[in-house]
This record gives sequence, C-alpha cells and structure tokens, in this order.
Amino acid sequence: MSEALQSYQQRLAQAFQAETSEFAGEISLIVPAPKILEAARMIHDEFGFDFLAYVTAVDYWPEENPRFHVVYAFRSLSQKLILHLRAPVPGISPSLPSIEPVYRNANWQEREVFDMFGIKFEGHSDPRRILMPADWQGHPQRKDYPLGYEEPQYSFNFDEIKARKPAPKE
Amino acid sequence: MTQIQEVSLDEIRHLVSERALTGDTMLLNMGPQHPSTHGVLRLLLELDGETVVNCIPDIGFLHTGIEKNMESKTYQKAEVMTDRMDYMNTVGNNFTYCLAVEKLVGLDVPARAQAIRVILAELTRIQSHLVWLGTAALDVAAMSVFLYCFREREQILDIMELVSGQRMMTTYIRPGGVWRDVPVEFEAAVRDFIKIIPKRIDEYEAMLTKNPLFLDRCLGIGVISGEEAINWGLTGATLRASGPDYDLRKYAPYSGYEQYDFEVPTHTDGDVYARYLIRIEEMRQSIRIIEQAMAKIPLGPVRSNNYKFVPPPRSEIGTSMEALIHHFKLWTEGFSAPKGSVYAATESPRGELGCFLEGDGGPKPYRVHFRAPSFDNLQVLPRLSKGHFVADLVAIIGSIDIVLGDIDR
Repeated sequence: MSEALQSYQQRLAQAFQAETSEFAGEISLIVPAPKILEAARMIHDEFGFDFLAYVTAVDYWPEENPRFHVVYAFRSLSQKLILHLRAPVPGISPSLPSIEPVYRNANWQEREVFDMFGIKFEGHSDPRRILMPADWQGHPQRKDYPLGYEEPQYSFNFDEIKARKPAPKE
Repeated sequence: MTQIQEVSLDEIRHLVSERALTGDTMLLNMGPQHPSTHGVLRLLLELDGETVVNCIPDIGFLHTGIEKNMESKTYQKAEVMTDRMDYMNTVGNNFTYCLAVEKLVGLDVPARAQAIRVILAELTRIQSHLVWLGTAALDVAAMSVFLYCFREREQILDIMELVSGQRMMTTYIRPGGVWRDVPVEFEAAVRDFIKIIPKRIDEYEAMLTKNPLFLDRCLGIGVISGEEAINWGLTGATLRASGPDYDLRKYAPYSGYEQYDFEVPTHTDGDVYARYLIRIEEMRQSIRIIEQAMAKIPLGPVRSNNYKFVPPPRSEIGTSMEALIHHFKLWTEGFSAPKGSVYAATESPRGELGCFLEGDGGPKPYRVHFRAPSFDNLQVLPRLSKGHFVADLVAIIGSIDIVLGDIDR
C-alpha cells in the first residue's frame, strides 16, 4: 500500500469510524451508510479522487442486518490510486444518500443498483428503473429472486407453479 | 394524461422543460429501431423546431441478466457469457474476466500467453474501431467508408477463426492462459494484416479527414471539457479527445503492456472530430504494439501448470492419474475461489472495462458486476446534445461509440 493511500485511509477511519480490510492487494473501507455522501465529498475535494469507476451492490441474503453492501470505487487519475468503499445497508427498507452531487456519473450507476437490488438513494435526481421495464415487480439481482428456470408445469400443479413464476404485472 | 408507452409525462416531469407541458415544444420518440442508434437505444427527444432541448435515453432493451446468470455457473463456464456483452470487443471481455479470476485465486500467466493476449486484444481494438469508423461515417452520410472498413475487419475475424475456431465469440482467453497455442499459420496471417493496414488507414483518412462535408458535420459538435468529462466518468477515446490521457494500458499496465513502446493520443477540442482523430491514431498505435509483440513473442507454455485451476493438457490425461482426476474435478465441480472481492480493469476500445468479482469460497462467483464503458459514456449524451440539431445528435451518438450489448448486459 502506498503512503498516500495509507494516510487517506487513516483519515477516513478517524472521520467515519471506517474499518479497513485488505484482500488481493486491494484496500476497502467499510463506511456507515448515512455518512457516504460526506465521505465521497472528502474523497473528491480533499484527497483529489476525481473519477468514480463504478457503484454496485452485493446481497448477503439471508443475513438481514446488514443485508447489502453497496460498493464504490474511486480513482485518482493524477496520483494513480484506487480506493474501494463499502456501505452496509439493512434488508428492511434499504436506503442511503446519493453521491450524485459529487460524481455526476453516479446517476445511472445508482439507478442500476436501485433497479437490481431495490436500494433507495436519497436525494437522487432521477430515481427510476433503468434496465428493467418501468412496471416490473421485484429486483432481479437479489439472492431471493429466482433465476427464472422454466419449471415443467403439469395439470396437477399448474396453478401452484404459475403463482411463483416471476412475471411482470398485467 | 399523455401516454408514452408505459411512462406517463408525470413520471418524467423532472427531465423535460416547462414548455413541454404546454405543448410549446414537441416530444419525439427516436428509436429503438432507428438505424443510427447503433442497436436498440430509444431516445425521447424534446424538440424546439429542429433543436434538441432535452434528450432522455431509455435503455435496457438488450438486458439479458448476464450478471445474474453468471452467479449460477462455475468460474470457467461463466466466462462464455462475457463474450455476449460487448459483441465488438469479445476478446477484451474474456480478458477482463480472466484477469479478475486470476487476481481472485492468485494465478500466474506464462509470458507467451500474455503476449498472445495482447496481440489478440489489440487486433480486437482495431476491429472495433473499424466497425465504429464505418458506422459513424455512415451516420454522417459517407457511405463508401463502411464498405472499406468491413473489408479489413473480415481479415481480423479470419485470424480469430484461425486461432479459436470462432469468428466473434472466441472464449479463447481462459483463466490461467489461453485455450491452446496459436497455429503455425497465425504469424503469417498477422504479419500480412499489419503490412497492409497502415496503407488502408491512410485511405480512410483520404476519404474523411479533410473532406469538407465531413468537417461540416463534425467540427464543434458535442463539445465537453476535460474536467467535466472526468466528472461524468467518461473513459476511452471519448475522454482522451477532451484532454486527459487516462488509458489503463499506461495508467495501470496489465499483461505486460509496460514492455511495449506506444503513445496515448490526446486532443483538446473535445468534439466529434477530435474523437474521430483519436480513434484513427489509436489504430496506428495498436499496430505498433502488435508489431513489437510479434517480434518478441517468447516460446514456452501457454497455460499455467497449476492444475488446481487450469485443466491439464489432453495428452497428459491418458498417462497421468492425477491429470485425469484434476480434469474430472475441474469439469464437474469447478475450482473454489476464496472469500473476498477484487476489481480488474482493462482498456477496451470504448474505455475502462472493469470486472468486480466476489467469491464466497465455493466454485461459483457470488457476485459479478461489469463496469461497462458504454454505460457511462452514453450517460453524458443529454449533456452533449443540448442545443444541437437532431442531425448533429446522430453524429454525437456515433462519436461516443456505444455498443448496446455492453450497456444493457
């Protein structure tokens, strides 16, 4: 780990009680979800990480608290550094602040996370679905969402299988 | 209320101007079948006469749930799905995914395999830029370039077929190396290609670079500054046309890119024409990389000999019991990856293509996410097209080089 990255990591740990973990040479910090916008501001304005690489989420179902981790990666193009952040979110009414005011491209990235995982981003300028149809029910990348194999339906269990098949509402 | 397919005007109220509500401006649907939207992109345009006031992209028509599907397959089998995302950069998708898997399990790749990967990735870049050049020129009504570009692209696809048996969906790059060594005809085929292609690029330039009709359609259209481009998360030629020289091959070299001598072209104008110039120059630089890689391609194995992760060669299975067991284990159960997440990124023809991969200790990926360059590049379209004519919007879509398979995944 480079010295600059180490000092950034320490400052984040102090300011937000962030835990650090290292895997395969990558540093990621676990930041409390309500503080994510402040953390992003600090990373952008003070540390000079000007580029948001991606926003995504991981579902740890059946764990409930936290059920999701929202994952962010920030790059500093001048210092050639990358920093990963994770924000744990509970399974019941998951939500966290949007970082769109700091990084413009978080707009679509967060819409995709909302579409796929049902995590709400407060203060998002355009909170609609992005990939699935607007009237779709459910969030496909949650682990409790069926993959959608076609189960063979016979006359004796036709209705039972039809009831649990994922389908857009009429 | 006006119904626009399943979305009512109320739901997109925050995206259109006040004038749209009174009927002062017109809402027009462009695509998803419009030929200049490069696939199935739907744009909802708010027009004042011929001028774009607002542009609302609607994507997802090609969404096939590849990320979700990959979670139910073993690491090796999931790779086949990555080709199908960005169908203009199939080798690059495999490449990114394999780098992520190798990072996750800690697998080394022999030098020969790395050089073969670089050669194929650069051929794919030229192939992708040729298709882009042909279609983008077609968008601004230069018909003949398209036919020339597809002639040369065919030659690259023949090389792909030679090495992998497939023209487009190659899945030739595998975790730990490549599928098998390149055939003996490979070297001559690539040398033939890099001998003729510089002259052909000059031909394309003769048709476009100083063509007054082409200049009229491209100069000063869709301008974005370097700082703004970074904040919008643009990558690839679309970013470099605005100034920043962010190219992952230089910024964070992978697979031995640091050994090759090449330049990252940049421009400061940030318009459609600058993006055209950057991509043309990138093709020339790719040829330089291929030339150097061909000159010093080392001999040796093309796959790691760590049989816990890489299937042993066919010849060993007949004579070695361990090889047979490894082969059996790898193709029934697959290999297990540790708990943890990694991010690997490569420079695709469109920009930063990244793969976020999380393992849970089992033989299947727990979560795969692709950072698709076209996804972020398309996002800036409303900003680029504001105030331009609809005809210019077509040129702008062409210039940011989107592939809808990449966006929707």
